[in-house]
Order: sequence, then structure tokens, then C-alpha cells
Amino acid sequence: MNNSYFQRDRDWHPPALTPTYKTSVLRSPRHALLSLPTTLSEETGPVFGHDILGPLDNDLIRNFAKDGAEAIGQRIIVYGRVLDETNRPVPGALVEFWQANAGGRYRHKKESYLAALDPNFGGCGRAITDAEGRYEFRTVKPGAYPWPNGVNDWRPAHIHFSVFGHAFAQRLITQMYFEGDPMIWQCPIVKTIPDPAALDRLVAALDRNATIPMDSLAYKFDIVLRGRRSTLFENRLEGN
Amino acid sequence: MQRLDYLKESPSQTAGPYVHIGTNPNWVEITGVWKDDLGLALVGPETRGERILIEGTVTDGAGAPVRDALIEIWQADADGLHNSPAETRGTADPNFVGWGRQPVAEADGTFRFETIRPGQVPYPDGRVQAPHITVWIVARGINIGLHTRLYFADEAEANAGDPLLLRIPEPARRETLIARRSERDGIPVFTFDIRIQGDNETVFLDM
Repeated sequence: MNNSYFQRDRDWHPPALTPTYKTSVLRSPRHALLSLPTTLSEETGPVFGHDILGPLDNDLIRNFAKDGAEAIGQRIIVYGRVLDETNRPVPGALVEFWQANAGGRYRHKKESYLAALDPNFGGCGRAITDAEGRYEFRTVKPGAYPWPNGVNDWRPAHIHFSVFGHAFAQRLITQMYFEGDPMIWQCPIVKTIPDPAALDRLVAALDRNATIPMDSLAYKFDIVLRGRRSTLFENRLEGN
Repeated sequence: MQRLDYLKESPSQTAGPYVHIGTNPNWVEITGVWKDDLGLALVGPETRGERILIEGTVTDGAGAPVRDALIEIWQADADGLHNSPAETRGTADPNFVGWGRQPVAEADGTFRFETIRPGQVPYPDGRVQAPHITVWIVARGINIGLHTRLYFADEAEANAGDPLLLRIPEPARRETLIARRSERDGIPVFTFDIRIQGDNETVFLDM
């Protein structure tokens, strides 16, 4: 049986060692990775049922807010599909996301940036894709954020994504950026991605057709996970 | 020329220092959004199999603990079956999801999972693989999640024939994937130290 997954294109992903992103210098292996086809151990993965979700899990404007209040900031909807490299939807995929507030401040005990916390914004959400691989959530657009790398480095506005596909081989963490942000190309973390075409896949498009008039802008962000191989000629009849 | 109509995988980015906001919000005191952080407990009273503890540290190329790492594990049940629709050989223990997730301790970069010893899972060519647990590490400074495997020191015979371990070109490096065994209160404790870079660097996989 051939259920193996497409090999990752490691020239498309960021390499481990990217010295302008300084923390990578001591946190990157020096030995080569051991490359092998996937086995059942990687071709399987955990399943998350809709029963884990609460009604506000994909509404960051309200899921941490107190007494009917709402988070402050530019109201946006982020939506898209989780697909695999063969262009098939990935239904039932758990998508987790986290972000800073509208001022660029994260709600995390180790964070010390002077921009204020928003008492009505936590910054975490999650969704499970439907039968067509679709997910959506509502939030405020995160602010840019300074970080101690270079003397004056700032992260562009971004939302972190963690995605579970159907196989542990598909496990992925990435970041979503916003169309037109002039800070994207000055960021050392963005620049860990060697190919501009690969970066394009992480920049969400403003979608005026999906806005809610007088309420929220919308950004579309599709996520692609590794595809499963389907060998045409094998010594058995078998669907895939 | 015609184009192949494959899509390209979304490129990875670092999980960053605040990954826990999204994965373990209660652990960073973002409470009330959801009840429990996912993946903290693998084993319940009904789970079949031998209880074991997995413990270890994550260290960087200077030997310093990686205090903001997040570790996930994925494994078969006691009979070697995965709790996944992609499992084709039978039905796994319904009381064992097989997936766990823990942030490392901020103080010293240590992690700990209470789980069960996995059964054996076949290699694609039909050979038997030694019992193992898939380990995945993300953190600030790690651009794409590091994937490795934990094997058990008290499974020496199975380890000696394991198809993956045998593919590691330098035999001495196989030891980096074999968790040391000790015992505490009658429960086997397997110590698996992950060294991202440098002396005794852990073997990482591209699978």
C-alpha cells in the first residue's frame, strides 16, 4: 500500500540556519536531516472533534471580552481553505491561531512591550475545517511589533497559524501576513523564506467581496498541506 | 510545456516565543476562552498498556535550555495501532488518543509526558519497526518544526533491527534517539534529551 506523503521541498521552506534571524543560529541542527519515506507512524495523525469547540472559539473580538464588551481595533474576518498539494480540501483539520492586539502587544507573561494590553482581547482562537476544508474567524487586525533582533527590527502585522492535517507528516506552523504591508520585506523572519513565490503564499489578500459592510474587512488566507502520493501503477487495485 | 497542477505546501515559519497563547492559553493565564489546553493528558484509567514516563530537556548549540519550546508526541497504542482514520489494520484503543503536547518548563527547559509504551508498527516493506514515539519540537528560532523519534533503551533487540535506525549513516548517532531507562515508584522513566546542535546532536528526520 502506498499512502506515503510528498517529500517536503526544503528549498521552498526556510532553512534551519538563517543568521539574520539571530535566534536560529544556536537553534539549528548542524547535521543533515535523515530523509526517509513516511511510514504509518507519520501517515496517521490525531483527530479533533467539533465537541472541543465553544461557540466563541473563532471570535477573538468577543471570546476574551468581559460583560458584553468587544476588543478594540480594526475589525476583520479571516477566512480560507485548508487544501493539500493535490488541490483536495482537508476537512476536519484543527486550525489554531494566535496574535498580538491592535497595538502589537501580546498577552503573554514574558512580554514586556510598552503598548497597552486590551482588557477585552486574549489573542487566541481555533476552528475545525468543514467538508470543503473551509475555516473562518473574526478578530482585530494585529499591530506591528518591535523585537530584540537588530537594533530596530519590527515584525509586520501577522497572525500565527498551527494546522493539523490528516497525518502527523502534515503538521505545520506558519504565519499569515497582510496584503500591501510595507514591513513584510524588511523582516528577518519573513526573509528566512528564500523564494518570493513562497512568501506570496503567506500574504493574505484583502477580499472586498467578503467584507461585512459597515462592520468588518475580510482577508482570504488559504493553507496548503503536504499531498499524499497516489501511484498509478501498482500490483493491486486500490483506491486512494 | 504543460504545468503539473500540484500546489506548493505553505512555507513554515517559526512558532515564535508566544506560541503558548495559541496552544496553551490557560498555561499563560489566558483563562476563560477555552476550558482545557489540548494534549496535556494522554492516559486515563481505561487506557490499556504499560504506563511509562517520558522526561527530557531541550538544549541549544551552547548547551543552554530552550525555555520556550513546545513539544508534541504522536504514537501508537499498546497494540501498535494509531487512533486515526488512516489506520488500516484495526481499531485502536478508544481510550488513548495517542497525541500529547507540553510546553517545556520555563525554569530549566524540561518536559514530561505520562503515556504508555507503544506497540510495534510495520515499516512499509513489511519489516517490523522497534517501538517508538514521534517527537516534534517548535520554538522561537526554529524555522520549521524539528521531527525526531524516541526509541526505548530496554528494547535493544528490536532497536538493532529497526529499519529507520539502520538508515542512520553514523552508528554512534543512533544512540541519540534511544531514551535511557530508569525507574521511579515502580514506573519506567525514559529520559530523552534533545540536543538541537553540537555535541551529541539529536538525529532529526525529513519524513
